[in-house]
This record gives sequence, structure tokens and C-alpha cells, in this order.
Amino acid sequence: MAVAESLDELVRDIEDPELPHVTIGDLGIVRSVTIEAGTATVLLTPTYTGCPATEQIRDDVEVAVRSAGFEPDVRLVMSPAWTTDWITERGHERLRSAGIAPPPPASEPGVTFVDPPVACPRCNSRRTRLISHFGGTACKATYVCNACSEPFEFFKAL
Amino acid sequence: MPPLLTYTLRQGDRALVLAQRLLETITHAPEIEEDMALSNLALDLIGQARALYTYAGEIDEPFEGPDGTTNHDEDHYAYWREQHEFCNPLLVEQPGEGFAQVIARQFLHDAYALPYWQAMTSSTDTTLAALAAKSVKETAYHLRHGRSWVVRLGDGTSESHDRMQSAVDHLWRFTGELFEHDEVEDQLIVVGIAADPTEIQATWLATVTDTLHEATLALPDDGVMQTGGRSGRHTESFSRLIGELQVLARAHPGASW
Repeated sequence: MAVAESLDELVRDIEDPELPHVTIGDLGIVRSVTIEAGTATVLLTPTYTGCPATEQIRDDVEVAVRSAGFEPDVRLVMSPAWTTDWITERGHERLRSAGIAPPPPASEPGVTFVDPPVACPRCNSRRTRLISHFGGTACKATYVCNACSEPFEFFKAL
Repeated sequence: MPPLLTYTLRQGDRALVLAQRLLETITHAPEIEEDMALSNLALDLIGQARALYTYAGEIDEPFEGPDGTTNHDEDHYAYWREQHEFCNPLLVEQPGEGFAQVIARQFLHDAYALPYWQAMTSSTDTTLAALAAKSVKETAYHLRHGRSWVVRLGDGTSESHDRMQSAVDHLWRFTGELFEHDEVEDQLIVVGIAADPTEIQATWLATVTDTLHEATLALPDDGVMQTGGRSGRHTESFSRLIGELQVLARAHPGASW
């Protein structure tokens, strides 16, 4: 049990390749880590269907599992679909300190044509505006703060 | 071919071909933010296509590979089928001649794809339902983006208005095909695997009507609809698109990097 717990921790502590200092545990994409007869099965939920970081994360998990002396069996599970609501409170803090505005609670899937008000991760002003619906990665949009003039990324609610 | 395989490939082809068309526009968008936006849309579509092709490989007949009997992988369907084996709707293969056409194609598609995936979340096929739950969120965001451009260009300058209107008019003839269903699909609709396209059409038309109205654009008159994608009868520019998509994989079979 102690081994399983420490392996679980080891996997959850792997950093996301595209979000500095945010771990895959913080992002809530690790569904489970189970050990049976020397094989560690890790279930991951991809964030976006086409997220290129998924392959990198899979590789990183395999390396970590091998370093702990187990044979890795990493599987992607689609259902239930990942939501930004699974990002932990610590994940929110880490995103904010990396200059990325964390997502508000995700609404029910549907069409909303209103862009949500977003607080600037640097000065906390809500006088911000959307520059682009998209950003450098699939999970982010680009905003600028009218108060401190800093552009910043916003983690889209999904 | 089992109906479920045909159906899964149709949906995979729709996503892959549209992604390939979007990729042609990158570095030609009016602003760098839009280059990023279009690549992100394409990325989600490629993700959906990959999941659908992987599923197709599980349904399809296994083949004798060098390492014994195995399932076809996603690359098999993208790179090693011939043009007439692709069964995407004609709308998504239309070249984007100018930004207004790129946006019109995307908007008319996404206004269909959102209610499609919403309906598929209750599919009795658990793999398709799981993918739908994922795709519905991505597609809702795509539609928001495309819709905002239609309104911005339609209700913009007289030049942008005219270009947006003619793009919608030009692509309108390819929209009817999205809601066709044949015996392959009907068999799957009856057992609750496939979504009934006639139910999706009403939602599509409401989104399109509402958006064009806000964009001060006219809803095109109903006319003759061009079809054929489902049975592999494509429009002229398709061969070039597929050639570009497949050239690298075919020049260097099995290469990886």
C-alpha cells in the first residue's frame, strides 16, 4: 500500500510540459494508479482530443513508473470527459503565479456567446479584455489587462 | 463493410479533411491571433479524427502484418486509402478562397457539428458517446469563434459584408448534404447508435438564421444541393488536398520522428 501511495504521488507530481510548475495531478488528468504483479496501470484523461502534450505526458509517466521499478501500462480514458473543474485549488494558485488566469467554474456544455469576465492574474483588476479566443496552447485564450496594461493568458473553462 | 465502420469513417473523414483545409490557411490569416485560432481548431479536429480512426481500426477486419494479425491503426485510414474511399461531406473539402470563405465554411460546419455531437452524447455506442462528450465542448467554442467572425465581417464595412455574403451564398449548395441519411445510417439510427440528422437540421437552421440576421446578411434561397461525398464522389480540388495530405507518408512509409 505504501508503495502504491508513493507511486501515485510520483505520477501526480510530474509537471505538465506546456504549463510551467503545474503538475498533472494539479490538472486533474490522473484518474488512477494501480499496481498488480509488477505492472503499474495509470489511467489518464486527455484535456483536449488533439492536445499534443498528451504524448509527452504519456512518455513522462512511463519514465517515472520505470524509475520506480514497475512496468508501465498507461491508458487514455475519454469518459467521463475532462473538465477544468477537476483542476485543484493548488493548480489554480500555480497557474496564477505563472501569470495564467485560472478558469471559472465550467458551465454545462452548450452554446454561450458571451466571453466571461476574467481577473488579471497580476493586478487582480477585472478591467480586462479578450484579444484572442485562442492562445499558444489549445487550453488557453489571450487577454490584456486595461489597468496594468499586461497581456496574459486565460485558461478556458471547459 | 459493417455499417458502424462506414459511419465512423465518414465522421473521421469530415474532421480530418476540414483540419487539412484549415492548415492551408495558416500564415495567410488576416492577423497572427487568427493563425493561432485556426491551428487550434484544426488541432481539435485532428484529435477527433484520430479517435474515430482508432475506433474504426477496432471495428475493421484485422490484417496480416509483419508481427502477425493486427488492427489497422489511425494512419492507415488517413494515408493509405484512395480518394474515392474518403466519405466526408463536400462542404469541408471546399477550398477557402479568401478569409470569408474559410470562416463561412467553418461556421456552417460548426453550426452542424455542435448539435451533432450533442445528440451523439446519448448514443448507445459508448465509444462514440464518450468522444461526443469531449467534442461537444470543443465544438461549442469553435462555433463561438466562427460566429463572432461572421457577425464582425457581415456587419462590418460594405466590402467585408459583400465578401461574407458571397462566401455564404457560394457554400450554401453544400449544406444540404450534411443532413442526408442513407440505408447505412438508417440502420444505426434505429438502434440509437447514430444521431438522426433531420433533428439536427432544425437546430442548425436556427443558429444560421439567427447569426446571419445579426450579421446583417441574407439567408440564401433554397436551391439545388450538391451531394456525393458519402459515396466518394468528390469535387475537383479534392485530389490535390489528398495528395498533399498523403505525400510524405507515402514517400517514406513507416517513417517516424
